[in-house]
Amino acid sequence: MMTQPRSMRVSTSDRIFDIIIIAVLVAIAVVILYPLYFVLVASFTAPRVVNSGRFLLYPVEFFPGGYLKTFKYPPIWRGYLNTIVYTGLGTAISIAVTTTTAYTLSRVDMFGRRWLMLLFSFTMFFSGGMIPSYLLMRNLGIYDTLWVMVLPGAISVYNMIVCRTFFETTLPKELLEAANLDGCNDFGFFFRIALPLSSTILAVMALFYASAKWNSYFDGLIYLMDNDKMPLQIVLRNLMLVGKNAATEMVGDAKSIAERRNQADQLKYCVIVVSAAPLLMVYPFLQKYFAKGVMIGAVKG
Amino acid sequence: MNNLTLANGRQTASARVAQVLKHNWRLWLLLLPGLVWLIVFCYIPIYGVSIAFKDFNAKLGIMGSPWVGLKYFKQFFSTSIAMKTIANTLLLSVYSLVFGFPAPILFALLLNSLNKLKFKKFVQTVSFAPHFISVVVLVSMMSIMMAPSSGFIGVLAKKLTGSEVLFMTRPEYFRSLYVISDVWQNMGFSAIVYIAALAGVSPDLHEAAIVDGASKLQRILHIDFPSILPTIIIMFILSVGNLFTIGYEKAYLMQNTINTSVSEIISTYVYKVGLQNAQYSFSTAVGLFNSIVNFALLIVVNAFSRKLSDISLF
Repeated sequence: MMTQPRSMRVSTSDRIFDIIIIAVLVAIAVVILYPLYFVLVASFTAPRVVNSGRFLLYPVEFFPGGYLKTFKYPPIWRGYLNTIVYTGLGTAISIAVTTTTAYTLSRVDMFGRRWLMLLFSFTMFFSGGMIPSYLLMRNLGIYDTLWVMVLPGAISVYNMIVCRTFFETTLPKELLEAANLDGCNDFGFFFRIALPLSSTILAVMALFYASAKWNSYFDGLIYLMDNDKMPLQIVLRNLMLVGKNAATEMVGDAKSIAERRNQADQLKYCVIVVSAAPLLMVYPFLQKYFAKGVMIGAVKG
Repeated sequence: MNNLTLANGRQTASARVAQVLKHNWRLWLLLLPGLVWLIVFCYIPIYGVSIAFKDFNAKLGIMGSPWVGLKYFKQFFSTSIAMKTIANTLLLSVYSLVFGFPAPILFALLLNSLNKLKFKKFVQTVSFAPHFISVVVLVSMMSIMMAPSSGFIGVLAKKLTGSEVLFMTRPEYFRSLYVISDVWQNMGFSAIVYIAALAGVSPDLHEAAIVDGASKLQRILHIDFPSILPTIIIMFILSVGNLFTIGYEKAYLMQNTINTSVSEIISTYVYKVGLQNAQYSFSTAVGLFNSIVNFALLIVVNAFSRKLSDISLF
């Protein structure tokens, strides 16, 4: 931190330097924020205005029609529901498996700890790849089921290492010894002492896993066949990027083809807002936790 | 316990396993789900890589399929696609590294040099936002905002250049858009590590430098930057080590029939040939080549860094 003593005079050149830095940072903030803000404004603005390619600062002509159409489109709802199930169940499984694994590997008296760590770490840099994994899912019989969306990603080794580092640094050996003397075994210690002391890391893990699962589309693309099981991101991709017709179909009642296309384009903004809003609304409140999480991870690389 | 075993001479292996399990079987039980996951979802696919050297036949399974040696590797390298996809992968990764790597460092240094807490916090919060949108949303946003007649960026480009600019379709824009959107999405989040490292820089250093008349820029260059250099090096090793694993997810979404000459990278090719055309052995061979190059790169960079700076991952 650059805290400057009050008494010290700030030189003119430093003051100019400060102003330049502030200007640069404001520019960065605007460049990052404006596209997101534009999407939000466009989703409430009449198609005619949106598609004229103007810069928008507020909804020039208020238009809720895009959202009405979006909410009436069943695949979006189905995708939403699927994604909520995959994210909820997946995150729960991930946290359970990640914390238990991380805890055992954080214990110094765990036999073979170094070798086990090596086995886990190796997979961060070398993996079987797409095809062997795909064949595995087929052989396991979980291809095109709910399980293929929640089991293969149960552990992110990076997250596990962050979690392990957290346990190593926050649970002193004396605590375990004291608990053991009081007749507390490893289960008791993990569930009744270690976990309650680790709410920070649990929040971090929940956010990391949940956002990764909410946003993933490739697993659905590779491992799912059934349209009814597709997560929101796949529905989105089909609407936005693949068929030019899917979005136009959503606005069935418009008169001319041109107007249809106009409405379809505006609709895309609504769909984006609907899909991205949950995470964007949640993350500012969890910010301090994930900054902490990344820092813990950075300590040990 | 130890004395006892020594007195009895060497313990048998099974006795030792029994002893370990008796001592902390509860820990092993806690580890069990993770271990099963590791074996099933990581090491079985690694074993499955052997189909790259086999003529995979679904009826015979991975074990039963006949060995063919390097046939599929030779087949890959005999096509013109090989050089094309390797070059595309390398170019895209190097571009991403050249622009994507320094951006968060600069951002962190700038942010850290201010002492306006509220402003800093606001800018940082804003900078995280794009990290939480999906690649599908990102690419969708790009494609509607850059649409030549209806998106605001497309319309602006048309006004400036006098003709329609087909950002999302033309091959010449693919790499730039890929890299710019990458920086836009990840700069803020990647900066967290550096901001954390900068928070650890002792204020004494800065005070002493101020007394000596150092300007702010000088302090950034001579105090802040050297302090976070170890972190920078570690992050650099990691980035180079992942150079060849460049996100196929985004490249695949941004791909169209016109820009494949630059957007076809090894991983998108593996997906298309492997899963869309079901050439399992061939595409596994291509994927394995990719993994090996990547892993070798990581080892080399790590060794290099250990020699030059004593900083290394392992």
